[in-house]
Parts: sequence; structure tokens; C-alpha cells
Amino acid sequence: MIDIRGLVKRFGSFRALDGLDLDVGPGEVHGFLGPNGAGKSTTIRVLLGLLRSDGGEVRLFGGDPWSQAAELHRRLAYVPGDVNLWPNLTGGEVIDLLGSLRGGTADARRAELIDAFELDPTKKGRAYSKGNRQKVALVAALASDVDLLVLDEPTSGLDPLMEEVFQRYVDEFRDRGHAVLLSSHILAEVEQLCDRVSIIRAGQVVESGTLADLRHLTRTSISAELERAPSGLDALEGIHDLVIEGTRVRFQVDTARLDPALQAILPAGVRSLTSQPPTLEELFLRHYGDNLESTPA
Amino acid sequence: MTGTGTFLWTFLKRDTWMLLWWILGAAGLYIVTCYSIDQLYTTQQQYDEAAASMENNAAFIAMAGPPRALDTLGGQTAWQSTAFGAILVGLMSMFVIGRHTRAEEESGRDELLRASAVSRYAPTTAAVLVAAVANLLVGLLVSVSLTAYGLAAADSFGLGLGATAVGWFFTATALIAMQLTASTRSAYGIAGLVISGSYLLRAVGDVGNGVLSWCSPIGWYQAMHQFSGLRWWPLVLLLGGAGVALAAAYALFGRRDYGSGIIATRPGRPRARRGLLTGEGLAWSLQRGAVLGWAGGLFFGGLAYGAIGDDVKALIGDSQTSQDLFVQAGDDLVTGFYGTSILMLAVICAGFTIASALRPRAEEENGHLEVALATALPRTRWLLGHVLATVVGTVVVLAVAGLGLGAGYLLVTGDGDVAWSFTWPSLQYVGPVLVLSGFARLLFGLVPRWTALAWVPLAFSAVVMLFGELFQMPQWLMDVSPFEHLPMVPAEDFAWEPVIALVAVALALSVAGQIAFRRRDVH
Repeated sequence: MIDIRGLVKRFGSFRALDGLDLDVGPGEVHGFLGPNGAGKSTTIRVLLGLLRSDGGEVRLFGGDPWSQAAELHRRLAYVPGDVNLWPNLTGGEVIDLLGSLRGGTADARRAELIDAFELDPTKKGRAYSKGNRQKVALVAALASDVDLLVLDEPTSGLDPLMEEVFQRYVDEFRDRGHAVLLSSHILAEVEQLCDRVSIIRAGQVVESGTLADLRHLTRTSISAELERAPSGLDALEGIHDLVIEGTRVRFQVDTARLDPALQAILPAGVRSLTSQPPTLEELFLRHYGDNLESTPA
Repeated sequence: MTGTGTFLWTFLKRDTWMLLWWILGAAGLYIVTCYSIDQLYTTQQQYDEAAASMENNAAFIAMAGPPRALDTLGGQTAWQSTAFGAILVGLMSMFVIGRHTRAEEESGRDELLRASAVSRYAPTTAAVLVAAVANLLVGLLVSVSLTAYGLAAADSFGLGLGATAVGWFFTATALIAMQLTASTRSAYGIAGLVISGSYLLRAVGDVGNGVLSWCSPIGWYQAMHQFSGLRWWPLVLLLGGAGVALAAAYALFGRRDYGSGIIATRPGRPRARRGLLTGEGLAWSLQRGAVLGWAGGLFFGGLAYGAIGDDVKALIGDSQTSQDLFVQAGDDLVTGFYGTSILMLAVICAGFTIASALRPRAEEENGHLEVALATALPRTRWLLGHVLATVVGTVVVLAVAGLGLGAGYLLVTGDGDVAWSFTWPSLQYVGPVLVLSGFARLLFGLVPRWTALAWVPLAFSAVVMLFGELFQMPQWLMDVSPFEHLPMVPAEDFAWEPVIALVAVALALSVAGQIAFRRRDVH
């Protein structure tokens, strides 16, 4: 559904996208992962025909997103990361307006979604909180009969309960054979929802594949309190930064090597154990030597 | 009350510049009025003539107030400035109260402060004090300046402190309005209604038997008869009324929950009307408010010009400067004056048109455009919706301005044919006004970052209109203003050619802008 080859986009002398490749097929939730400023939103804007590409090839449903924008948009729905609603229109009016501009929505579906997201459609745009504005855009998008959802950091304002509702609807949408492009800078969110992931850095996709393919990228931090001092950990492959202080142990392990590591500490009698997934920041720091703190957003 | 002092200090610091402009503006109205009257009428005979023609003009009386002592500088000053001065201090009080009470509450900004060790009433009391001080400063500035100018001291203070008292009254009514609704906008609406209602009551009362004037705080203010037998007791009405309203506002404040209003929020439409569901419908729903507001404002502007009737001579006096400004064409004073007035209304209307043509840029900047264009709405169609709103809005605003002018003239003179000849010419300015909006659209398409430049041609045209003759600008320079290419109907004969040529230029600019927009990135 989305087919991008060697996409280049320049802003003045700055190359925001520098030969980017991206593939999304039907029945797939594709995570588009990268730090702020890596080019996620720029890619989406090119895909939506808002920005014109400076090089490479971009196909959306086999068409040209720039010259055929309006026509192609009948088949997709978009939820921006920071949803801005018209202050004088109510949520219900915005849902109807966007639905109608996309080619119409079914009333029953609309009512079901408003109910599921616990949205009050009679409030004016200016009175909604950030999370509620996002819900309006999500309901409008999910209520449309489209083949592709483009979601730019869609859950940044939602509470955990609503995030669950959101995930349910994304799963259902995918199971009907449709595709989702979901951009995010939160690794955990992408892990939960996506079938495939592309990692973008400085305008290029540096890794792409299924989550299993990308296991090598992730390391889990383990810290445990044991009954006896453990043995044999330092001999294992894939263990990093090992610290043993009497019966306490701290280390990081490549996620693919998690099982042998746990097997190694179990005989020592586990009293307590915490494990933490790596953050995107750690991941980038480790693999690409980026210091994300200093990367402009 | 704990914390009031802290709030007062913060508010004053935040508001220094805004308050300064309001105070100078309100006091300046009185002072400039006095000065310009003094310049306009140089002999007692001129005062007598002016008084004679104004005293019997019902439109003037409705606009300004009951005519008293119009053959004196003080009487003229009080008559011309009291009603508008009262509106200005009313608006100033309303905005000061609104921004520190309901607006803070609606945004939730002051929740943090309220959670600290301050009295529940502290922010409200501090806001009232800011408004009270601002109004007092306006009053003192008016009193001292007019006394220094040489007017009677007691009457000058009656004029100034009366304005202070009116301001206090509207401060208290604004505070009531802020308790009523949870939305700042509707609270401003209610407070504004109190001010405009007070003005209208006294307008009807002054023209009729005067009973309704006694129902209006502005009427009480004018009942002080400054410079025509000053009396102080109506001031008690104002102060008493302000006190009662303030007590009522505090009682309401004490009864309601934080963040809510006495009147429950009315829910909006859960479904959209059919008319909204297209790009054109969306553009119109965004621009409708501005069209109606400007049309209303220019209707009253036109009415004010028209209501001068045939008394043009008395109004502009014998000064060559004011004749150059107000009568820019023809030999006849009246048609020349109205030809110029219509031009001025058209230049003001261009303010609406440019703002309307820049609305798409605002939609782009605040992210609405992105949402709209991600649907099957084509760019060209989206922009065309806004272009239509601008063009229709411009025609409506110009037509209504002309209608107001014609209606005012008709009411005062009863001469339908002449009134009609003053009504329709406003529409010829569709040409130059749309040229300015076409330029704005070209900027939007080509260099969206520089759209603020769209205001430059309007500023230039206004300078040419006001000062072109005075500064003896060369003709080629004046010709840059699109307004200069039209005859000043009705003082001069109407011609189709320049109107058609200007509309063609506007169309070319607009189309170029739309093509450029189709080819550029949207941010």
C-alpha cells in the first residue's frame, strides 16, 4: 500500500529525508520508530501530499501522493500527533465533517466508537483537553471506511484505559486486511501493536523487519536479589555490564539470550527480580552512538 | 484577604502596557475632542451655527446624548465625548475583569495559585482593584487635562470623575457576567451586551421623552450636566449602582463552584448540519462571524456618516484642512462629503477583506489545514472555499456600509432619491478592495512567511487618501493606491471601465496566488 524508495526532502540546505525506504503492505501494522526530529512527520507529510518530494519514488496505493492527493485520500485516514480542532465546531461536527470529506461514514459505527472512547460530542473544540481532541480525530479516522490508517504518535494524550480501546480497534482494523502506519518514539508502544518496524534516524531507515528480526537490538536490564552468590554468569554470551555484590546481581542481556541468563541465576534461588525493557534512547545511544539529548526536536 | 496584595501586584505588572494604552486612549478621547472642537470653531458665531444645526438633529442626539450648551467649548466637549468615553471605560473594565477572573479559570492557569495559601476571593478582589484604579486614573487624567486646557475646573472634574464612576459600574456588571457562564467568550458577550444596552437605552430615551435615559448608567453620567449647570447627585446613582452590582457579583461568586458558571453550559450540536459538510461550508463557518461583525460595525459607521444629513457645513466648519480631508471631490459640499465618506468606509472594509484573505494562512499555521487536506478535499477546492467567503463577505460588508449611510441620510432628511444615490456607490469599491485581497493571496501562495506584508498596501492607500493632497504627493505615487482609480461617486460620475479593470487585476492576482499555493509545500 505504501512503497517508498530513496525519498529525499530538503528544507533549504538541510536534508530532512536522505534516501528513505519504506514498505507497508495489507494486513500489517507497521511501526515507524525514531527520535523526535528524525523525519517521521516529514515522511508522513510527503505521503499525504502536503510536501513535495525532492527525489526518489513514492507510491501510495500505486498512485502519486502529490498529484493525485485528493483521490488517494478517499482510501486513508490520518490522525496527527498534535490534533488541532476548529474552536467553534463541536467534536460531533468535526467527526461528521472529516467523515463527509473522506466520502461518508456509517452512523452505527460512529455511535459505537463515540461510546467506546467515552467521548462527549457536544463540546466545542476549544473546550476539549489534548486527550479528548485526539479521541475526536481517532473516532473520525476509525469511523471511515478506509484501507489505510496513518497515525502520528496517536496515543500521546490518551490514558491507559483509552489506549487499550485504541489497541483493540487497531487490531480489529488490521484483521480486516487493512494496513496501519504508526509513527512513535516510544519503543514499548510499537512492540505492543506492530507486526513490522522501521527505525528511522537522521532521515534514513536504519533497520527494518519484524519484531523478532529486531530482537538483537534490544537488551533487557535485569537486577535480582538471590539467596546465594550466582555462578557461571560471566561465562555466558550476550551478558553486559555485569555487577555482582554479594547476593545482589545487576546486568544487561541481549533479549535473544534472555533464557540462558535466567537459567543461570535460577539455581542461586531468586528472592526478587526486576527486568526493564530498554528505552529508545538507550537503544540509539548503544547502536548508533547518538546522544539524543542534544538532537534538536 | 490573604494574597490579594500579591495578586494585585502580579496583575499590575502583567497589565502595565495594556492598561497604559487603554487609559491614554480613553482619556485621549476627551482631550482630543476638546482640542479639535477648539480648532474647528474659531468664533462664537460658528459655535452658534453649529449648535443650531445640531440641536435639532435627532440622529446626532441618539448618537451622542441630550444637547445642552452646544454653543460653548465645554458643552460641545461633554456632548461629543461622554457616550463614547463611557463605552471605552466600560470595555476597558470588562477586559481587565475578564482576563483575570474567568479567562484564568477557564484555562485552569490559576488553579496552581488558588491551591496555595490565598483567600478564595483574593484574585477576584485584586482584579476589581486593578479596574478601579485604571478607571480612577482615566478620570483624573481627563479632569486635570481639561482644567489645564482652560475649562471650568468643577465641570472638568465632573466629566472626569463621572467617567470613573461609569467605569466602576461596568466593572461590577462585568464581574456579574463572569460568574454567569463557564466560557470567557460568552461572559464577554453578556458584559458587552450590558454596555451596548446602556448606550441604546439612553439613545432611545434622549430622542424620546427621556424616561429610558434614566434606566442607563450612561444616562446618569450625562444627567450630571457637565458645563451646563453641573450637578453631582447623579454620581450617587452610579456609585450606589456599582456597589449593589458588586455585592451581587460577590454573592454569586460565593455560591458557585470553581470553573463552573451560574448558567449551565449549553451543549453544542452532536451532529453537523448539512451545510457544514463541504470545504466551502467549513470556510464559511470559520469566516461567518467576522463577516457579520464587520458588516454590523460598518453599518453603524455608515449610519453615523449618513445621519449628518445636509449639515455637513456645520460639522466640518470653514477650516481648509478639514475641507481638504472630508470633501475630496466635486464642487458641492454635501455630495463631495459623501463621496469621500464612502471611500473611507471602503478603505475600512479593506481591513476585513485582507484579514479574511489571510485566514487560510492562520488555518495553515494552527494545524487545521493539515487535518482538512488529509481528507479527499483537494487543495484548490479548500482555498476556493475561503476565496468565496472573502469575496461574498466583501460584497456584503460594502453593501451594508452603503445601506447604513443611505439609511442614516434618509432618516434625517427624508429624501429617498438622494439617499439612494449615496447608498449604491459603496459597491464600486469591490474592485480596489479585492485587489488588496488578491495581493494577500499571492503572498500566501508564494511566500507564506511574509503574509503580514499584505497590510502594507492598505496602510499606503489610507495614507494616500488622508494625506495625499495635503502632502502634495506626485500623481504617479498616488496612483499606486487602487482606490485612486475610481471616480468619487456621487460627487463624480460613475464609470464601469475602472471597476472592471480593477476586478480583472484582482482576479489575476488571486489566480496567481492559487496556482502558487497548489505547487508549494504545506507546513
